[in-house]
Order: sequence, then C-alpha cells, then structure tokens
Amino acid sequence: MKQKSYNKQFILLSVLLIVLFAMNISLGSVTIPFKDILNTLIGDTSVKESWQTIILNFRLPKAITAILVGSGLSVAGLLMQTLFRNPLAGPFVLGISSGASLGVALLILGSSLFGGFFLAHSVSNWSFPIAASAGAFLVLSAVIIAANRVRNTMSILIIGLMFGSLTSAVISVLAYFSEAAQIQQFLFWSFGSLGNLSWNEILVFIVIYAIGMLATVAVIKPLNSLLLGENYAKSLGINVKKNRNIILLITSVLTGVITAFAGPIAFVGLAVPHIARMIFVSSNHKILLPAVIILGASILLICDSISQLPTSEFTLPINAITSLFGAPIVIWLLIRKKKLFV
Amino acid sequence: MIENSENSILKTEKLTIGYPQKKQDHIIFSNINLSIEKGKLISVLGKNGIGKSTLLRTLCKVQKPITGAIYFEGKELNTYSENDLSKKLSVVLTERLPESQLTIFELIALGRQPYTNWIDTLSKTDLEKIETAIKQTEIGHLKNQRFYELSDGQLQRVLIARALAQDTDVIILDEPTAHLDMHQTINIFSLLQQLVKQTNKTIIVSSHEINLALKLSDEIILLTENNLQFGTTEALIAKNAFDKLFPNNLLKFNKSLQQFVINKT
Repeated sequence: MKQKSYNKQFILLSVLLIVLFAMNISLGSVTIPFKDILNTLIGDTSVKESWQTIILNFRLPKAITAILVGSGLSVAGLLMQTLFRNPLAGPFVLGISSGASLGVALLILGSSLFGGFFLAHSVSNWSFPIAASAGAFLVLSAVIIAANRVRNTMSILIIGLMFGSLTSAVISVLAYFSEAAQIQQFLFWSFGSLGNLSWNEILVFIVIYAIGMLATVAVIKPLNSLLLGENYAKSLGINVKKNRNIILLITSVLTGVITAFAGPIAFVGLAVPHIARMIFVSSNHKILLPAVIILGASILLICDSISQLPTSEFTLPINAITSLFGAPIVIWLLIRKKKLFV
Repeated sequence: MIENSENSILKTEKLTIGYPQKKQDHIIFSNINLSIEKGKLISVLGKNGIGKSTLLRTLCKVQKPITGAIYFEGKELNTYSENDLSKKLSVVLTERLPESQLTIFELIALGRQPYTNWIDTLSKTDLEKIETAIKQTEIGHLKNQRFYELSDGQLQRVLIARALAQDTDVIILDEPTAHLDMHQTINIFSLLQQLVKQTNKTIIVSSHEINLALKLSDEIILLTENNLQFGTTEALIAKNAFDKLFPNNLLKFNKSLQQFVINKT
C-alpha cells in the first residue's frame, strides 16, 4: 500500500521559492551586483557600505515580510475554507481583515476622537498587532455566533460580507471626524506595505507568526476529519467546538498580526489554497499546509517584485498588485477547472 | 449500572426522544425500552418523518434524550467521552460529504483517527485495519480515486468501509440505501448482513426498503404513530404490527409472503 508521493512538486516549489527570494532581493531602485548581495548576506563587510545598508535594512526585511505575510494569509485562508467547508471563505471575504482594519482605525483615527487616550506616539511595536488581532477576533466571533444560528454556509458568507461593510462604515465615520494627518496615516496603512518594518518589528511578527503556525500543525488532524463534516468529525472523537475555537483563534491572530504590519492585503488568503489544491490534487492538510506556505510566500514575493519594477523610483501599493495580478489568475483557473473544492 | 443480560450491548430505559422547546418539548417517542444484542442486524423501519433519524441520532449521542437513559455495554452513554465512544460506535450518515479532493484511501483512513497520535500517523495496525475494511467491502479498485468520482452505491460502500476501519462493536447507518437502485440496495443490505455474520458486530440501519429489511434483518424496530415496537420479523408479523405502518390501503402487508404488496383496485 503506497500513498502517492508529492516530493517532486515540493522540491520544485521550494527551488522556485529560493529563486524568487533571490530575485526579490536583487531588484530595486539601486542596482547592486548579485555577487555583492550574496557577500553581504553571508556577512562580508568589504562590500560598499551604502549597499550593505540597502540590503540588510531594506531589502532583506522586506523579503522576509513578504514571505511571512504571503504564507500566513494563505494558511488563514486554508483554515477558513476547511472550517466553513466553503471554497469562497477567506480572511477577506468573512470580514476578518475588515475587523483588523477597524482595530487599527480605532488606534490611529480614534486618538483624535477619544482625546489623548491612544496617543499616537505611545504606540509601541505591540499595540498595532494587538489592536488588529482584537478587531479581527471581534468580527470573527460575531460571524461565528451568527454562523451557529444559521448553519447554512451561504448565509454565513453573506453575514461575513455584511460585517465587513459594517466595519468599513464605522471606519468611514471615524475618518469623518478625524484630522487630515491621521486620515492620511490610515490611508497609507490601508494601501498595504511590506517595506516599513524595522528588525524589531519583524522579530515581533516572527514570534506571533511562529505561534500561529505551530498551533496550525497541532490542528491538522481535526482539520482533516472536518473534511467529512462536523457530525463525522464528532463521531471520530474530535471535540468539534474546542477545535473550531482554536482554528478561529489562529486565523484571527494570523490575520490580525499580518494586517497590522502590512495592511489589509486582499486575494492571497482566498486564492492560494485553491492554487495549492489544483497543483497537488489533494485536500489532505498534511500536504496542503506546507504547500500553501511555500506557494503563498512565492506569490507575495512575485507581487512585491512587480510592485517595484516598473519605474524603479516608486513602489506601487502591494494591495493593488495582489488583486490586479491575482484576481485574473483565479478567474482563469476557475474557468479552466470549472469546479472548486474544499 | 443496571443488571444486564450477557449479550446486550445497547440498552435503553424509559427513553424519551424528541426536541426540547421553550414551551413544551416536542416529543417524538416516549418510554422506549430496547435491548439490542451483539452480532445482530437491526433495521429501523417507519414512514417518512416518523422519527427514524431522531432515534438513531439519540442512540449515537448526536442528540440528547429528553428523559430516560441509554446504556452502552452496561455504562451510561453520557459517561463516555467523545474519544472513548468513537472507539465503540461508528456511523454512516445521510448528509452529503463536503466537496473535497480526499482519495478513497484517505477517507477510509480517517476512520483510524480515534487510534492515531496527535499528527495522525498511521501505524502498522492502522494500515492492516484499513486494508481489511477495504477487502470486506470489496472496493480495492477504488482506493486511489477521489470520492466525487464514485457512484452513489460505491460511495456507500466506501462510507461503510470507513466505519469498519473505525473498528467499533456497533455501526449505525442512517438510510444508506437512499438514492440507490434496486441492485445496489440489495448489494448494500447483503453486505451488512455478511458483515454481521463475519465480524459479530451489531449493525443498526434505518431504511425504507421494508421488504428487503424484513428478509435480511435479525430484528426490527418498527416505528408507527406514537408506537415503537421491537422484535424479530416473525414476532412482529404475529402481532399484526405491520398493518398500521402506512395510512391508507394502497399498500397492504401480505402475511404469507411476509411482504408489502400493492393493492390492485
């Protein structure tokens, strides 16, 4: 009895990821020879100092952020799709990203409304992720409470969309009463950006990300049994309620921390799990989890490279790129394959 | 604990099933006293909407009883944890599976989850049990297909294989022959009968295939309006229990044939 082996696909994708990572680091407004980039990365200090600074303090953190954001959002999407057993679920569709936005909006815009309570300069490394995670968790819990009452997955998606527009409306109201500088700060945040993180922030990011990923590995077993539906999962001895809460918690923390550091990035969470399912023709989470991590990271590295290619002087908002290039790909895949799976 | 006949594996005492509601509980059946033995094929019969699924759901702890108790191997059902119960009782449900790309092998292997470690590694024993389940249901040729490629009849065999891989003493199936043609229906029923004989498992199955169930089951749970009767086919026939199963005279129970026949006008 031999199970199908997916080694070939995994090796190919991993090589692709490394190539994309190298490409991402070598591209930018300043041309640096690839040899010097490599030397800088392995700690050679004889390379021109300005180049070292560019690579170590700008490009490398940005590439790492792209990997964290891409893989994290993809995993969040995979968890949502399995939990709701709905191929349309994803952090964006279910209003979770909007919830995270609301958290950040309250932090940035709310400071003028509520006086000195959340002073902008008192914002530490941790306050953005905490605010965004809290917002994400708030919306997600609301969706879950509603979901427990309706049970129909279509209604759950619509409820998620409604919560999404509800939070957007609250953000608009907040923006209306805020000062121009703060609105601008929020607007720039909402374009999405991978490049503004310091090493300290990346450290915070990695810690939260790692916790989320470890927890995801621990729920692979319940995720697989959920593929048969909640009643079968229960009959297999899975505590459905507990695991559902864990899955929701992981999703909101991952989406929260990513949205906090990189802005609300659309498309990736919904699409990458589908691309992974099409490449691997599997629903087994032992295969899909590593697959979406590698694919999500690769795709965001590509998007980031595109966003700074055209004019070299400017960097386009990453959020626009993911949708501009991603949405047509998904539409094309759908038309070709005609069927979506969980 | 209650005193127990040696062979009884599933027993109910003054069981009332139904749905709790704010004003007054919606009661489907009350005072159910069943004693189901090991190694029997039990059919649950009754017309649409009479409460077959409610009974089965209550027996497999999906739904709480309103009053009364269910004893599983002499221990109250409530005292079993989900994981303990999953090693004793497996199910085949009517609900459609969500559309995924699981292979048949993976689907059957999920039946081993109560026994596997935290990351769901299949041990040698697990693989053997899966292999046995595949052999018993004769679906070896489907192993590497995805389940959406199968016919309804094949899918039911796969779901039964999954329940077998779970290695439980009792299997409960809720209308496994719905949507199946006559050939497939007989196929599934004789498979169930065979499994009971080979493995000494207790199989409880709800069905609309009354004539077939009467022929192949060891015992029948017959549900009619406000009345639940339990016994062998012969015992129930002797009690004229089947006469009231359907409301009008379109279908009539023929005692000598031990079958329902259409009343010609």
